[in-house]
Amino acid sequence: MGFEVPKEKFGGRIKEVAIGATKEYGGTRRAKLVAGGSNGLPFHLFEGESGPMPLVAMDVVDTMRMVPERLQETMGPSLADPAGWAKKCEAEWGADMCVLKLASANPEEEDRPAEELEALVSKVLQTTALPLAVYGCGFEEKDAKVMEKVSNVAKGERLFLGLAEEKAYKSLAAASMANGHGIVAFSNLDINLAKQMNILLLDFGMKPENILMDPLMAPLGMGLEYSYSNIERLRLGALSGDPVLQMPMICDCSCAWTVPEALEENPEHGDVKMRGIYWETITALSAAVAGAGIVVMRHPESVKMLRDTLKSLAGGE
Amino acid sequence: MPTAMEIYKLLPKTNCGECKFPTCLAFAMQLANQKVSLEACPSVSDEAKAQLEESGAPPIRSVTIGSGELAVKMGDETQLFRHDKTFYNPTVLGLIADDSAGLEAMRTRVDDAHSAAFERVGQILRVDSVALRHSSGSEEDYLEAVKAAAGKELPIVLMCEDAALAAKAADACADKKPLLYRATGANFDAMAELAKGRSLPLVVGGVAGLDELVELSERAKKAGLSDVLLEPPIDSSGKMLENMTVIRRAAIKSKFRPLGFPTIAVLGSSTADKMNASLGVMKYASAIMMEEMPRDFVYPLLALRQNIYTDPQVPIQVKPGLYPVGEPTESSPVMFTTNFSLTYFTVRADIEKSKVPAWLLVVDTEGQSVMTAFAAGKMTPESVAKAVDDFKVKEKSNRNEIIIPGMVSRMSGKLNELTDLKVTVGPRESSGLPKMMKSLA
Repeated sequence: MGFEVPKEKFGGRIKEVAIGATKEYGGTRRAKLVAGGSNGLPFHLFEGESGPMPLVAMDVVDTMRMVPERLQETMGPSLADPAGWAKKCEAEWGADMCVLKLASANPEEEDRPAEELEALVSKVLQTTALPLAVYGCGFEEKDAKVMEKVSNVAKGERLFLGLAEEKAYKSLAAASMANGHGIVAFSNLDINLAKQMNILLLDFGMKPENILMDPLMAPLGMGLEYSYSNIERLRLGALSGDPVLQMPMICDCSCAWTVPEALEENPEHGDVKMRGIYWETITALSAAVAGAGIVVMRHPESVKMLRDTLKSLAGGE
Repeated sequence: MPTAMEIYKLLPKTNCGECKFPTCLAFAMQLANQKVSLEACPSVSDEAKAQLEESGAPPIRSVTIGSGELAVKMGDETQLFRHDKTFYNPTVLGLIADDSAGLEAMRTRVDDAHSAAFERVGQILRVDSVALRHSSGSEEDYLEAVKAAAGKELPIVLMCEDAALAAKAADACADKKPLLYRATGANFDAMAELAKGRSLPLVVGGVAGLDELVELSERAKKAGLSDVLLEPPIDSSGKMLENMTVIRRAAIKSKFRPLGFPTIAVLGSSTADKMNASLGVMKYASAIMMEEMPRDFVYPLLALRQNIYTDPQVPIQVKPGLYPVGEPTESSPVMFTTNFSLTYFTVRADIEKSKVPAWLLVVDTEGQSVMTAFAAGKMTPESVAKAVDDFKVKEKSNRNEIIIPGMVSRMSGKLNELTDLKVTVGPRESSGLPKMMKSLA
């Protein structure tokens, strides 16, 4: 019996979305990154175009409240200064881009004023030339004030602002459109909501090439399977030709560092440092294998491990 | 599955009634519905039997290794994507003990594999097998190690391409139904004969490409073997993903029989091997043997396997009960949530973030989340009050207070009435817990 490799052809294609603007495009970023751009399942090189490799973003959080102590120990003292942290992502840790999380805007916690955060974004932009996404604190009123300023101070840089949510997207979309930035559309493990978010943003006047989808990455051991299947379904939906699902996905895998099992001393479960690194890498690998266009990570060793694997997946040894 | 008419054509059509059905057609209809076994027909020809077994077989054959409670089943999968239904038989993980390291080291390995078992969310997760590999060590040591493993519980993989030694090894652990690894182009006939003679499952592999693997699989069939595992080439992660995917697709979508068997990957000890093991768990490896399984890696790997092989239609549940978070005392606060594992873990992590020790009462909601359970009547003031009683909340905490999820604030009055506890409404999202808890302390 002859054996013919069963191949799948899809009619749809993941859109290409450019992140960051170089000098040529009116910004100061070192590269214009492209996420998405493939007509097949992830790494199925035997039947589809590979498209660009998934991008590896690293997050920078502007308050140590959100960074577990163990990570502060293993990643070094530079974390306390967000600009210094971002610089490390660029110069030492090999990130493609940074996701700057302005968690300190939280009105129930630090409640840092919008002006200070504007200055922080400006400083990060000067310190590193990495393309950036900037996320607010999740309180709509405060984020509206902060993001308007962030949008203005980064005019021309083609940031991606987040996170747009079903009940809170208009001010963020307006801030994004005002200065030619992009937006990250968040949905909570729900393919229909993911689609609805894109429709809302398109109706509001955003262009499809300015939208990334964040379908919520649940970490290993805490619902990873829901995210894995949700991402697979979104990817298949996009490939089968639904244009409103063809935006690349950005999956925040730094959530692995909220899992107690990744952080607890427990000799039965081996060395805690390596366990945490595997925890984050496996979370990110599953996002990439399921169909993420960008994975967001935190630990430099996890980033290195994932990158080597992505290379091997994309045809290297 | 063939239809009743297709089956009928292959039956003797004598209506002899020996099968306890009045006609061959009636029997065929029962067969098509898988209500009876073909065994019940005394006069079906061998040829028809073979044909029927072939067409009625699942797309991927089920192969079991080991014996007793820890025997493991591989294959029998029906999906390419878990969201289409579920994946059934979790990737079998095995630790390799190589005889180049000597007998003592092999014995230690066998013990290591046995001790790598963990309880996680109410399930026992373990390394499922031990693979004894003959490379440069002595045959005596190898056989001794096999005997040591035979005296233990885990299923055994005999990695030995020398058929004469493999035969001795198989006899040393005969009642364990070991997996023989492997028949290649070089030793095929001898290994096939060994597997056939002892009715043992056999890996075919050591090939450069899938065409060659198909050939070996067809040879195995001709040799009368039906319990076969396929070992595709895995030169890179990309090649592994491709070959595992092609095999699964060919088996399920094209019903291509020579590839309708479980798959196995043998990996080394590098970081790349660890990542390939993770990839294999996601993408269709039925068994993975590794040279090194440090606990800091194998624990997350087992968690991944547990996640990926969770039935999407059945949420993982936490056992209802009163759980300590941190080291709570009699004066620590009490709060409750549902037994949907995702909710439980999130709430637990947020309590931990606050660094305030607490008692977390997990109420049985049949695995539903707070809102769903409340709306469906699976979480009522009565069921919460019952849990307060059942798990002796008032004995553990003397605060006389219970914190409830913000989304079910409506049950406050009734719950207070039923339990006499002061009801404090917590945040709607558990991310608000750290702030609230700090204000309590």
